[in-house]
This record gives sequence, C-alpha cells and structure tokens, in this order.
Amino acid sequence: MAARTVHEVGVGELPGAVEALLDGGARLGLVAAHHDGEGAVGGRAVRVVYLFLAGPPDLRTELHVRLDADRPRLPSLAELSFPAGRFEREMHDLHGVEVPDHPLPRRLVRHFHWPRGWYPLRPDAGPPPPFGEPEGPYPFLRVEGDGVYEIPVGPVHAGLIEPGHFRFSVVGETIIKLKARLWFVHKGVEKLFQGRDVAGGLRLAERISGDTAVGHALAYCLAVEEATGTDVPEAARQARALLLELERVHNHVADLGALCNDVGHAILNAHAQRVREELLRLNQLTTGHRLLRGGVLPGGAALRALPDPARTAALRADIREIAQLALGHTTVRDRFTGTARLPEQAARDLGCLGYVARASGLTADARIAHPFLAEGSAPPAVPVHTAGDVLARFLVRAEEIEVSLGLIDRLAASLGAPGTYAVPLAGGSGSGVGVVEGWRGAIATRLEFSPDGTLARVKPVDPSFFNWPALPVALKATIVPDFPLANKSFNLSYAGNDL
Amino acid sequence: MSATGYVAVAAQVAVVAGGAPLLTGWMRQVRARLEGRAGAGVVQPWRDARKLLRKEPVSPTGTGPAFRLAPLLLVAGTAVVAALVPLAATRTPVSGSADLILVVALLALGTVALALAGLDTGTAFGGMGASREMTIAALVEPTILLAVFAVSIPAGSTNLPAIVAGTIDHPARTASPAELLAVAALVVAVLAETGRIPVDNPATHLELTMVHEAMVLEYAGPDLALVELGSQMRLAVLLGLVATLAAPWGVATGGSPALLALALALLVAKVAVLGTALAAAEVFRAKVRLFKVPELLAGSFVLALLAVVGSYFLTGEAGR
Repeated sequence: MAARTVHEVGVGELPGAVEALLDGGARLGLVAAHHDGEGAVGGRAVRVVYLFLAGPPDLRTELHVRLDADRPRLPSLAELSFPAGRFEREMHDLHGVEVPDHPLPRRLVRHFHWPRGWYPLRPDAGPPPPFGEPEGPYPFLRVEGDGVYEIPVGPVHAGLIEPGHFRFSVVGETIIKLKARLWFVHKGVEKLFQGRDVAGGLRLAERISGDTAVGHALAYCLAVEEATGTDVPEAARQARALLLELERVHNHVADLGALCNDVGHAILNAHAQRVREELLRLNQLTTGHRLLRGGVLPGGAALRALPDPARTAALRADIREIAQLALGHTTVRDRFTGTARLPEQAARDLGCLGYVARASGLTADARIAHPFLAEGSAPPAVPVHTAGDVLARFLVRAEEIEVSLGLIDRLAASLGAPGTYAVPLAGGSGSGVGVVEGWRGAIATRLEFSPDGTLARVKPVDPSFFNWPALPVALKATIVPDFPLANKSFNLSYAGNDL
Repeated sequence: MSATGYVAVAAQVAVVAGGAPLLTGWMRQVRARLEGRAGAGVVQPWRDARKLLRKEPVSPTGTGPAFRLAPLLLVAGTAVVAALVPLAATRTPVSGSADLILVVALLALGTVALALAGLDTGTAFGGMGASREMTIAALVEPTILLAVFAVSIPAGSTNLPAIVAGTIDHPARTASPAELLAVAALVVAVLAETGRIPVDNPATHLELTMVHEAMVLEYAGPDLALVELGSQMRLAVLLGLVATLAAPWGVATGGSPALLALALALLVAKVAVLGTALAAAEVFRAKVRLFKVPELLAGSFVLALLAVVGSYFLTGEAGR
C-alpha cells in the first residue's frame, strides 16, 4: 500500500501547490474540514485537508491548511479544478468555511430549510434545530425566448426512485438546459460517524449507499487499517476483491435490464432481474447477506462460501445472451446510440469517475491506480469506450461484468476454501485513507481517530459526487423523453452523494 | 326494425364495456407469461376499477369543465362507437348512421377531450402529454380515414354495415391487395391511437417518456377509473373494427337471436386472438424514439394511400 505524503501549506501557498499537483497528473479525491480543539497539535483551528490521488504508481498527497477557528476563510480553487469548487461549496454549507472569491457562491449541500447561520458539522452545532428562515432565495436560471418552457420534475417521482428535482428548459422536445437540484436526503452521516468505535463505524459505512455496501465498507476498513497500522493478510485482500466484484456484477446486471426496460423492451429486463436475483442468492450464500453486508471486516474479511465456477459460468452465459439480444435489437440499439453524449474533455474537466468516465474514453480505475492486492495478483483489463453515449456506458458495463466474473473465478480458485481471514487491529491511531473502485467508480474515505480510539472524523466521498454535474452536460440537445434513459445509464446515487 | 336489432346494439355496448378491461387484463397476462412473469391475472383491471371507484373524487384546484367532462366524453363517445360499428350485427336501428367518418370523428373527440383536460390541469406533464398526443393524433386520423376510405370504395358507401355486408357477400374482397394494405395501415394506426409499443409504453412509470399517461396523470379515483375504462374500450372497439373489416364472417346479417349470440361469441374470440397477437408482438418490440414515431405513421399513411389507389384501379372505378 502506498504511503501518503502530507504537506502543511499556508493559505497563500495553497493555489500554487494545488496547481503543481494537478499539473503533475493528480486528481482531487477528497476535501475534508476538521475543527481542531485546543488540545490538538497546532492549537485551535479549522484544518482543511485536500487529498490528491494519482496512479499508477499509487500516489497519495495531502495538503493541510490551517484557518482561523472563528472566521475560517479559504481562497477558491474552482478555477483550477471543478470538483474543488464543489467541495468548497460543501464545506461552506456544512462547516461555515467562507470562500469569498468563489465563482458560484450558492448553497449546494445545504437543505433549503436549515436556519441561517447553522452549520451541522461545527462542534457547537448541537442537535438539529427546527426548520427556520432559509438562506436567501436561490432562483432557477430562466431560459427565455420564443417557445421555451419549463418542466419541473420531482423531487417526488412516479416510480420508486430517490428524490431529486430536475428543471428542464425545453423548446419543443429538445432540452436546452437542465438543472438538477439534489440534496433532499441529508442524513448527517459524517456527524453520525463522530464518536463511534470501529465496529459501529463499519455498520454505518455499509449503509452510506445501500447498493454499495462493500465499496464503502472496504474504503472505510482500508482507512482504519492505514490509521492503525494494521497489515491485512493477502487471503483477506483477495476475499475483499472477490466481494467487490460480486457487488459490481449484481448492480451492473440490474442496470443493463433497467436500460432495456426504459426503452420499453421489458422481456430483457425480466431476464436481467432474474439473473440479478440469482446473484443476490449467491451473495446470501457467500456472506449471509443479499447485499453483501458483513463480508468486509476491519482487519480482514469473512466468507461463508465461495462462488461455484459452474454457477458463475452459467450466469456469465445468461448475461452475455441478454447483452447480445439488447445490442442486436434494432430499436434498442437505435435508442442507445448517440443518446446523451458526454465528450471526453467534459468528463475530464468535471473529474468524472467509474464507468461514466470509461465510456467517455478515460481509463480511470482505482483497481489499477490504487491496488490493495499484492502486486501482479489481479490487475484486470479495463474496458474503455470513447463514444460517451448511452450505448458506450451499456457496453462498458456489459464488458466489466465479463471481467468481474473472470476475476471472481480466479480469486475463488486462489482462496481455495471459505473462512474468516482477519487479524486484530494494531494499536496505532491517527489518520488513514482508503481508495476503492466501487461499482460506480472510485470511493475515497479519509478518517481520523481521537486519542481515546473512537472515530473523530470520517469523510467518505462517493463517485456520484463527481459524476452528477456530468448529467446535465450530457443531456444538452437530448430530447426530453430520452432523459430517463440517460439518467439510468449514469445511475448515480442520491444517498451516497448527499451524506 | 326487429327487437333483435335493439338487443344487438345493447349487447355490443355491453360486451365492449364489460369485456374491454378483461381484454386489457388478458393482454397483460399474455405478455407477463411470455416474459416469464406470473402476471396479475385477467380480471386485475376490474379489480383496479373497483378500487378506484371506492376512492373519493379529487380534482386539482384550478381545473374547469374540460377536466371534469373529459372522462365522461371519452367513455360516452366510445360507447356510441361500440353501438354504431357492426361488431356483431349489420341490421340494427342505428345502422343507417354508422358512417365511417362519424366513427373516426367520435374516436377523435375522445382524444381531443383528454388532450384539453391535460391542458386544463396547467401542469407541465399535462401540456407535454397533450402536445405529444395531438402530434400523434394529427398523423393517425388521416391514416384511419384513408384506410377506411379504401375499404369503402368496393362497397360504394362509407356506411360500415354496408361495407361489412358487402364483404360477407363477396369474401374475395378481404384478400384483395387494397384491403390487405388498408388493414395493415389500420393496424399501425390502431397501435398509435391506443398508445401501444412501439409508439407509447402503457406500462411505464417514467413520467417524462409518457404520451397518453402524461395527459391523465392528474386524474384520481372514479375519474381515473372512467379514463382507464375509456382507454380500454377504445382498444377493444378498434381491435373489433379491424377484426370486422378484415374477417367479417360470423357478423349477423339477419335478425335471428341465435345468430346474434354466435356473432357475439365470434367477436370475443376474434378480438381475443388479435389482442393475443398484439401482446405477443409487443414482447419482441421496443419503444421507438419519439421523433421516429412520425416516420412510422408516415409509413402507415403511405400504405393507406396505396390502398386507396389500388382500390380505385382494381375495382375498375378508373374505367368508368
């Protein structure tokens, strides 16, 4: 595992240091603010940590900036990095860190009805207050012109999906501008982590986004192990990689079916959901939980059974057939092709991750950039497509299933027998970072321990946080009835995005 | 007019109104079974209707008469069509008024009423659905008119009972190229008119892709039950019309009650077969992009036009 290098920088040197790191090929993986008390090293301050990631070879660099505890102010990095601008708005909404020169100084994470001046992650925030006077009006940008009209959709939708408000400005059926306003599901996850022990933190991490139990749990456990200085045996790492791929496969299969359903080809969805059900039963056999909770443990992993190669082979044949039937259907293929194109440059500028990035020609994959397996044991081939449309995202995911099933077989053969592979955590305490390629993309978690061994601060970042801004970009000039298809092809998490 | 004529009209309306939900339930069941699902059962639409009728009527604030009257107009208009079209008997008290153009106009009336109701709600979805439905209707209605015009040329009349009776007397007409083309055009038009795949997806929950469903999103309770019944009756009547034009055998031309009963049974069988075929075909189809719908409908319009031209020349009208 790669070591992190930490640099303390002053507020003035920050933009220069960030620019140098970005120019060196690193991406901004995470920004977290910490409220250091009197007893902390360096005294009372608001400490902002910028985590930069690059790889391969695995490089993790942190910049720490100390701000005035009572009136924290930061220079904006939005001009250098789009994600940095989003993290700054998040920090402003949750911590009250001011960013006076931000180009978009509007609320992002903040719930509309939180009282003015209340910042939930400040140490003096107290319990959630009743809803109060909202922080200023935040009107939607109106597109004006002949025949332009607005379609407001959500946050309550006709189907059972998570809440998000979408405002379409439309001429005829063509989308001119889409504004997605999310952040209806703030659960206070970061606050709930504070003061928990390691086991309690794991239970919470598994529930950050229900469909990404392994991804978030693993990123959390890697961070715990780095902080405590625990060395996990290779068998446990392989078991974890196996669980990660199982999670990828069942989510990808469900979405391949859902994409077919969204173009009215329900029979492939019926079969994809059947395959998904078989995968969930396989998960149940493997970990005792259909969504793979309880498989990843701090210090190791536990498997009750290993996937049978005959079973994975049958599933692989079924999935391959579903994907081929979908791609061979002229109407389905026509609906997928050219729909909601995300150009490579836009994906790069926005900092997209996961299959969204890989369908637009970027090769980002944390399994290769930030491997947690021993060297040479499992760097998978990474399917990449360049078209950036719904078809490319469908193809990337169909091909990833193949790669993942191959990996599952290899890891199961290498493990040989199920069991609990775990070591007790070493006694160290400090800070740690975990980076994992979840099924949606790279998940980064950074945590710090209190001196008493409880969690002082845990900051998870779901890839959806990076990918959401790409959706409106891809939808430019798409027609309104294709929106659900485009949205499903991104399939971003609302819960993981809004902690 | 004999009493059997009145009985025939009443029986047609009753069979369509009572059987339409069952037809929809049957088609859903066929689809479910073909897709490997258990399905909700054939009588599920009637169960849904019972549930909706027990709910209190709710209308959105700000809506006017267009919203309230549309479900009634839809069901009433379709019921009149069910009475006019010679689904089971050609000699009824209303057969003199059973003009094809009137039938098409009555069906269009229901479509327009629903579109106005969608606009009346003032919501984005109502307007969006109404706009899409009108776009499709504007392309479908001429096709239906042209197709029925083609089948009316051999009979020399646009009176439906006359056309059907003429076909029964001259069975070879159903196999004529003009008639086949007209029926093919009519089938595509019926798919579009009743909001089936590949034009619309009646099973979708995605509000942004909806056509018909978007218009009626604001309906609830008994009003929704009426809207659903109206849509189901339209499907049944249109399938019945196709069946009667393409295969009119069994339609009672005389006044015997026994023949009428047989005709009704045959009608149910023919519509069930058509419904099964439609549902089975839907399993293998996907919904086309909205902007491709005009292409599909333009194709069916060309078929209808060819049918008219073919009919004109093949029946020797050109030589007179």
